[in-house]
Amino acid sequence: MSKRNSKSQGNAERLEQLRTRVMIEREGVESISSSEFPYHSSNRHQDIDYIKEFIKKFSVKIIRKEQYDMEFDLIGVDAAIANALRRIMIAEVPTMAIEKVYIYNNTSIVQDEVLAHRLGLIPIKADPDRFYFKQANESPTDMNTIVFKIEHECTFSPKAREDETDPQKLYIGHNLLSESLTWIPKGDQEEQYASCPIRPVHHDILIAQMRPGQKIKIEAHCEKGIGKDHAKWSPVATASYRLMPEIILKKEITGDLADKFAACFTKGVVEVEDSYVEGQFIKCAKVVNPRIDMVSREVLRHKEFEDIVQLTRIRDHFIFNVESTGIMDSEKIFLDSVHILQAKCKRLLAALDHKLREQERDREQMDIY
Amino acid sequence: MNRDSYQGPQGPPPLSGPQSAATPRASDNAPKMLYNCADCGTENEIKPKEPLRCKECGHRIMYKQRTKRMVQFEAR
Repeated sequence: MSKRNSKSQGNAERLEQLRTRVMIEREGVESISSSEFPYHSSNRHQDIDYIKEFIKKFSVKIIRKEQYDMEFDLIGVDAAIANALRRIMIAEVPTMAIEKVYIYNNTSIVQDEVLAHRLGLIPIKADPDRFYFKQANESPTDMNTIVFKIEHECTFSPKAREDETDPQKLYIGHNLLSESLTWIPKGDQEEQYASCPIRPVHHDILIAQMRPGQKIKIEAHCEKGIGKDHAKWSPVATASYRLMPEIILKKEITGDLADKFAACFTKGVVEVEDSYVEGQFIKCAKVVNPRIDMVSREVLRHKEFEDIVQLTRIRDHFIFNVESTGIMDSEKIFLDSVHILQAKCKRLLAALDHKLREQERDREQMDIY
Repeated sequence: MNRDSYQGPQGPPPLSGPQSAATPRASDNAPKMLYNCADCGTENEIKPKEPLRCKECGHRIMYKQRTKRMVQFEAR
């Protein structure tokens, strides 16, 4: 850590910054690991009520929300929790996806196994909460399986000109698209899903290209699963977080230097404003939106900014980006991940409880003998 | 027969078809065997002892068709 910082700041202040911030230095990132655990340093943690502290600090702010894409801030949690939620969103929130493919005929050039794999990756618009996981020894029922069918054939177009070369006009049905997947309702699925018929999320996913005379006849069975088993069940296209960037100015930056300073950051992070100082207008750099900064560290390369600017990231301020594949609403994916984490915690507590009681029983038995 | 004079399955069949040499003597209860022409792709029903010749273009190479049996795959 550089010496100049400890000169200008009090020691306690410096320690506080190391605790709450990730430092972005010229040569790399410093103070990466969290120190928020009991007995890490003697002066803190002695008389802190962690629960109260958490309730005081914790907040969730929704920054941008569309149906299938959202950005929100998760503030006041440890990286372990934020990362657990991210991983659960990717790998443990269940969806429905094609798992078994029964190929009756396939004379296209796409091999059977490749075709089956491609079908598996198509997102299926079906509410996973209304289905059960199909166990290995279970037979398919209307509660654990969705059936789709494809019957497709490519032919020459009778309307095509003799010298036509455009496949779009020359052939009929030469692109097999996901819209060809027709849902076959089983049991009472027809009535159950009357308001939201089960279908692929996108109608225009290219499955195979064909030529006249080629045929495909397939039955596909969808099952409920999680991304840990296979990525096709992952409900998110991306689920990621980054820490909130912070740009600390220790001195005002004015004049032409202000323009140079602003150019060091992503556009929109630093604005150059005219401010009225000592009877005249001068240009003055102002940090307006550190959130969108890509933290390039360009500013640290320049001697003139060396002692003026400090780049950090706020350790417990996570900016989440969740983009759904279109199966579930983005906020539902996050809420589901929270519920799954809760269930995991409850399971762990029950297991610990059980272990504790077992030990107690053993001890009692020891006392008897 | 060259490629240029080929007309699609929708078009009228070309004139130079096979002049069926002999009447097929295959037993009627045998399953229908269909083959695809290697040149033009049309389906040909060929019975035992019949000459191997496409009825559309006269090509002498045939492909056997894919099995009608269902094959199961895991979508992984």
